[in-house]
Amino acid sequence: MSNKLRRIALTVNGEAVEREVPVRLNLVDFLRHELGFTGSHVGCEHGACGACTVLLDEQTVRGCLTLAVQADGCAVRTIEGAGENELMVDLQAAFHRLNALQCGFCTPGMLFSAQELLQANPAPSREEIRDYLSGNFCRCTGYQAIVDAVQAVAQMRHGARHGGRHGAPGP
Amino acid sequence: MSIGAEVPRDRAKRLLVGRGRYVDDISLPRMLHLAFVRSPYAHARIDAIDTSRAMALPGVVAVFTAADLDGAVSSWRAAHKLFPTMAAPEQGVLARDVVRWQGEAVAAVAAESRALAEDGAEQVAVEWHELTPVLDGNQALAPGAPVLHRDMTDNLAYETKITAGDVDAAFAGAAHVAEEHFRFHRHSGISLEPRGIIADFEPSESRLTVHQSHQTPHQQQDLYARLLGLPEHKVRVICPDVGGAFGLKHHLMADELTACVAAKLLARPVKYIADRLESFLSDIHCRDHEVHARMAFSREGEILGLHVDDLFNAGAYGQYPRTSIAEGNQISRLTGAPYRHENYRADLRMAFLNKSILGHIRSVGHPIACAVAERLIDLGAAHLGLDAIEVRRRNYLDDDDFPRTSTGGVEFEYLSLNPCLDKALEIIDVAQFRQEQAEARAKGVYRGIGVATFVELTAIGPEYYGEGGQHISAQETCLLRLEGSGTLRCYTGATDQGQGIDTGIQQVVADVLGLPLGDVEVISGDSALCPVGGGSWGSRGAALAGEAAMRAATTLRRNILSIAASLLQKNAAGLTIEQGVVVDTASGTTHMAVSEIARIGHFQPYSIPEGVAADLTVVERYATRDRMFLAGNGLQIAIVEVDVDSGIVMPLRHLVVHDCGRILNPLLVREQVRGGVVQGIGAALYEELRYDPDGHLLTGSFADYLVPMAGEMPDIEVAHIESPTKTSELGAKGAGEAGTAGAVGAILNAVNDAISPFDASIAEVPITPPRLLRALGRF
Repeated sequence: MSNKLRRIALTVNGEAVEREVPVRLNLVDFLRHELGFTGSHVGCEHGACGACTVLLDEQTVRGCLTLAVQADGCAVRTIEGAGENELMVDLQAAFHRLNALQCGFCTPGMLFSAQELLQANPAPSREEIRDYLSGNFCRCTGYQAIVDAVQAVAQMRHGARHGGRHGAPGP
Repeated sequence: MSIGAEVPRDRAKRLLVGRGRYVDDISLPRMLHLAFVRSPYAHARIDAIDTSRAMALPGVVAVFTAADLDGAVSSWRAAHKLFPTMAAPEQGVLARDVVRWQGEAVAAVAAESRALAEDGAEQVAVEWHELTPVLDGNQALAPGAPVLHRDMTDNLAYETKITAGDVDAAFAGAAHVAEEHFRFHRHSGISLEPRGIIADFEPSESRLTVHQSHQTPHQQQDLYARLLGLPEHKVRVICPDVGGAFGLKHHLMADELTACVAAKLLARPVKYIADRLESFLSDIHCRDHEVHARMAFSREGEILGLHVDDLFNAGAYGQYPRTSIAEGNQISRLTGAPYRHENYRADLRMAFLNKSILGHIRSVGHPIACAVAERLIDLGAAHLGLDAIEVRRRNYLDDDDFPRTSTGGVEFEYLSLNPCLDKALEIIDVAQFRQEQAEARAKGVYRGIGVATFVELTAIGPEYYGEGGQHISAQETCLLRLEGSGTLRCYTGATDQGQGIDTGIQQVVADVLGLPLGDVEVISGDSALCPVGGGSWGSRGAALAGEAAMRAATTLRRNILSIAASLLQKNAAGLTIEQGVVVDTASGTTHMAVSEIARIGHFQPYSIPEGVAADLTVVERYATRDRMFLAGNGLQIAIVEVDVDSGIVMPLRHLVVHDCGRILNPLLVREQVRGGVVQGIGAALYEELRYDPDGHLLTGSFADYLVPMAGEMPDIEVAHIESPTKTSELGAKGAGEAGTAGAVGAILNAVNDAISPFDASIAEVPITPPRLLRALGRF
C-alpha cells in the first residue's frame, strides 16, 4: 500500500489545522486519530451506516468515504464543534429529553442528518423525517424516539403540522 | 417517587456532544495495533505459514501464529455440567492445523498503526489445503459427512428430548393437527460499534489492564486470569462506553484474547478493533434453526398436544464460556409455554458446522419458540373455522393456573396473558381492521394482521451457570458509599450499554434513601472497582442489580436514621428522609440534613455512641433462590401490507402490550421495547447471514446484509400491564427481550394473513421478496 504523504490545510470546528497526511487516510480517521475529535464514529467504513457523518463546507458527508486530502481548503465541523448552531442545541436537548439515544454511537451522525433536514425543510412530516434519517443506522432505539425528537424540535421552532401514520409523538 | 418516573439519562448528555469514550477513542502511549489473517475458506488444512515478508515491513513489530503462542495462553472447551453429554471440542487462540469457518483467525500482526498491521497481514503467506465444508445440519448429521473435530466421531454436538404427558395419544385423538416446517435463518446482533479491546500489560507487576467493549467485565477478568495464568486480582477489565452489545459482547472471543497475549508478550499496549467485514465473519451469530412442529387440537380449539423437533445449526465450536446450547434449550422449553396443554414433546439436535460460532444474541431462542406456536395456532384455528384470538384465549394459562411449571419445565410465578390481550384489543379494533382489510383486498391491496403471545425469561439464577461450572455470577452486589458531603456513590456489577440501567439503579437508590436524584452517581463497568457481578445480559439488570441496590439503600437508610436518632435523641422509627433531609414522619418537621450526618459520621465519629449502626459504606447482595428464571410476558400485534407483485412487506402498525413487572423508568423501557421490536422485524424481513455453497459469506457488508432503517419502520405503540414479581421487594422482572421475542411471530402471522386469499403460506424467515414471491407461486 502507498504511504505517500501530502500537506493539507483546513479548518476544523473553526480552528485552522495544517498537517501532512497519508493520501490513503480517510477523513474520519484523520479527525479521530490525528486531531482527537473522537465524537465522529466508525461503524462500517463503506458509507452505509452514517456513524461518521460530519459537515464539510456545511454539507453532510461520510467521513469514511471522504479522504482527508479531499478536505484540503475546506471547513469541517464535527459534533464537538456543532454546538454553535442553535438548531443543533435544540436537537441535542430534545434527543436527551425524549430518550432518542441509547448507546450513542450513531447519535452524532444522526444529529447532523436531522439538522440538515430541518434546515432544508423546517416542517417535515414523520414520513419525511423517517425517510431523511434512513442513511443513519441505529441498532438500539426503535427510531421512534428519534423521529419524535426531530418532530418536537420542528414544532417548537416552526410550529410544524402534525403528521404520521399513527398517533402523536411520545411524551 | 423516583421509581417509575420518566427520567432522562445523565450519561446521554455527553454522548450527544461527542464526549463519549468508546474503546477506539482511547489511545495509550506506545500502543500497537492488531490485524488478523483470517481464513478465506470455510474448512481447510493449514500446511504452512510464512510470516517473513510481513515481518520485514516497516512498522510491523510482531507476527504471531498458534505455534508462537504455545505456553503463553491456554486453550478452552465450551462445556456445561447441566448438559454433560454435549460435545466440547478444544479451541485455541489462533487456528493451528485446521480452520473451521471462513474468517477464523490464523495469524495476528502487531504494528505501529492499524493500516500498517493490515499491510502486514496481506503479506502473510499461508499454504491451504481445502477440505469439504459442512454447511447445514442435515448435511452435517448425514452418514459419511466430513467430521469437523478430531475427537468426535460425527458432528452431533448434542441431542436431547423433553417429554410430558402422552403426546402420541393426544395426536391420535385430535380433531385436527396443524403442522408446519419452519426455517429461521442465521443473523446476528450487529452492534453499530464493532467489538474492540485494548490490552495493557505491566510486566514488573504482572498486571493486565483491559479496556473492552463488553457486557461482562468480571467474567472477562476471570477468563483472562485463568487463560493467561495471571492472579485474578492483577487483572482489571474496564468497560467504557459501549456502542451496543445485544449479547454479542458477553463472550470470550479468540481475537480479543489474542490482543491480551500479544500485550503480555510485547509488553506494550495492543489495540484491536474489528472492522465491519470481520464483524460479520467472526461475531457470534444466532438462530439458524430448522423446526418441524405439530399442534393437536380438539374440535373446539383446545390444544391437546404439541411436538417440536428442532435441528439447531450451530457453529464450528460452542461459544465460551456459556456454550451455545441455550438457544436450542429455550426453544425446547418455551414453545407453547403461554398455553395450558399437558402433552408435550421437544426433540433437539445440535450440529457443528463450518460457520462462525453461534450463540446468545438478544432474546435467545424466544423468537423461534414464539413464532412456531403462534403460527400453529393460526393454522389450526383457520382449519377449524375458529377465531384465532379466541383460540388463544381459550388456551391461555389463567390467573388460577399459577404458580405453574410448564410442560417444557419452566416455572412461572404468574403470567398476565388475558390482561395483556384485553388491553391489546382495546387499542386495536380487530373487527374494524377486518372490514378495512376486505375493502383493501377488493382494490388489490393485501394487508394482514398477526398476533403473537410471548413469554420472556429474565434474571437467570445461579442454578444455571453456577451449576454448569461457569464462573458467571448470577448474584448482584451493590456497594453504596455516602461521601463526607452527603452525596452518594453507588457501585454495581451490572453494566450499561445505553439501555439505562445506571439510571434505573440511580432512581431506586435515590427513592429509598430520600435523596435528590442528582446526589446519586452510579459507577459500573470496572472489574476492579465494582463488586463481583454478572454484568448485563438476559434482562437481569433491573431485577437483580436493582434489587441489590434497593437492599443496600435500605441498609444505608437505616444507618443514616440510626445516627440521626442518636444525635437527636429520638426514635429512628419516627424519622424519615425527604429530599436529603431527615424529617419527623408524623409532623414533617425538618431535623437535619443527610450532609450533616455524613459529616459527623465520617469526621466526628466520636459523636455517635458505640453500638449504633453507623456504617456509611454498605454492601448488600441479591440472587434469586430455587428459580432458574423470572418470567415476563406480553403480546404483539403487527399489521403489514404485502406487495404481491414485488414481494415486499411493509410493516404498517405494531403494538406491544408488555408485562415486565415493576417499571423503573417508562421512558427508557418504552424505547428499549421498541428497539427490540425493530431487531425482531429485521429478523423477520431483512437480516440474514447468507453463505454460498462453498461456505463463503455473501453478506459481509451493509449493502448485502440489510438492517432496518427509520424509513421502513412503523411507529410502535407500547402499553404495559404491571404485575410485580413477589420474589423480590422491588418487583422488577426485566424488559430487554420482549420486543425481539414477539416480533418475528407477529410479522410471520401478519404476512400469512395478508396472502391468505392466494391460498399461499410461508414459514421461512427472513421473509425476503424472493421467498415471498416463491410462496405466492410468482417467482
